[in-house]
Amino acid sequence: MQDEPTPIELVTAVADFLRDDIAPALKGHSAFKLRVAINALDLVARQLTLAGPGEDAERARLSHLLGEEGDLLDLNRKLAEAIGRGTLDLATPGVAEHLWRTTMDKLAVDQPNYASYRRELAREPKPS
Amino acid sequence: MAATTEDRLGRSVPAWCPGATGIAGAARLSGGASQETWSFDIVHPDGNIGAILRRAPPGYGAAPERAAGLDAEAVLMREAYEAGIPSPRVLHVLTAADELGTGFIMARVAGETIPRKILRDAQFAAARPMLARQLGGVLAKIHRLDPARLPKLRRMTAAKEIAELAQDYRDYQWPRPVFELALRWLRDNDPGPSAETTLVHGDFRHGNLIVGPDGARAVLDWELAHFGDPMEDLGWICVNSWRFGEIDKPVGGLGRREELFAGYEAEGGHVDPARVAFWEVMGTLRWGVMCCGMMHRFRTGDRSMERAMIGRRTSETEIDLLRLLAPRG
Repeated sequence: MQDEPTPIELVTAVADFLRDDIAPALKGHSAFKLRVAINALDLVARQLTLAGPGEDAERARLSHLLGEEGDLLDLNRKLAEAIGRGTLDLATPGVAEHLWRTTMDKLAVDQPNYASYRRELAREPKPS
Repeated sequence: MAATTEDRLGRSVPAWCPGATGIAGAARLSGGASQETWSFDIVHPDGNIGAILRRAPPGYGAAPERAAGLDAEAVLMREAYEAGIPSPRVLHVLTAADELGTGFIMARVAGETIPRKILRDAQFAAARPMLARQLGGVLAKIHRLDPARLPKLRRMTAAKEIAELAQDYRDYQWPRPVFELALRWLRDNDPGPSAETTLVHGDFRHGNLIVGPDGARAVLDWELAHFGDPMEDLGWICVNSWRFGEIDKPVGGLGRREELFAGYEAEGGHVDPARVAFWEVMGTLRWGVMCCGMMHRFRTGDRSMERAMIGRRTSETEIDLLRLLAPRG
């Protein structure tokens, strides 16, 4: 077992340091690059926090849709191929719901401030 | 010591700009290894002239397969300028004697290209409500440029674009069920060859438009120009990725489709809204595939953090494709 602090805590601490202490001191292109770097670290922290449970649920949905077990990449490849061939489509029960859930989970990590995501998130019932 | 870009510009300018004595303030603006943009001033006794150099440095002359090429871009910009389309005046097309590679020098147009500033800054408040209509008019003028006066460009159809996007997507070897859904939809809904084939700008969107407080001042970056369905340009500027948060204003976050269409028709163009909608789906997928391409370049040698992070914007196009093809509720 690896020791504390966790990767999430370390990455978050580094991102906070860059944001609070370094960013105000930079100008121009370096300031822009630092903003990209901080965004990348924030994304990593979100992924470390959210991806585990989301991907477990995604794998379960994929297994159900495809009727087989497998790793996430393999199952996604099979779903993609089935949609490409037309053997599964939006009329297939569960396909649209799966694509929406998976995409919402990706946006929550990648770009939680993207306007389309905010709009769609507001349509979903709040978790109680 | 080898001559610098500044030295070479300083030698080139007096040869084609009578009275010019040299250059000042050369600064590289952007671009990758294969294409550079420089800003500089032509020093002239009557007053300095702001200029932009757009070039592929020596050794990077060959344009990628899909690019029009810088010589073609120069011709397109000259024709656009002559036709009254907001466009920078091309001052000089580089020759071998310039030792600057291939490309051209154009007049620098004052204004803004950064979308968030155009969409939010007070100085553009008067321009914003008229831009969607104005851009429609600009596109109509682009589409009626006389092909006989234009350079040789690729001729594209929806079917060819679908095939290219599918190939690029497969080359990246990362399964994306939403992209497969979009490719399937595009094949099933391809409206076929357009009645009219015209010049298509190919990348008419924020970033390639200089805007001033008075409206559109210049159309830039003709790199992806080709002949094809004119409705492609109208669909591309409506792609959600160019709305920068103003998602209820489809035309670049500026206004409604109806305004774009009215501007287009006022300049004599004919709009087919169904084809525009088809090209909006294509454009959304196209930007998504381009984001994957950034990720691919990051993986295959270019270690730029920005490219890596653009790769993580692919999912933005996936949610936009779902909103178009599988809307909820």
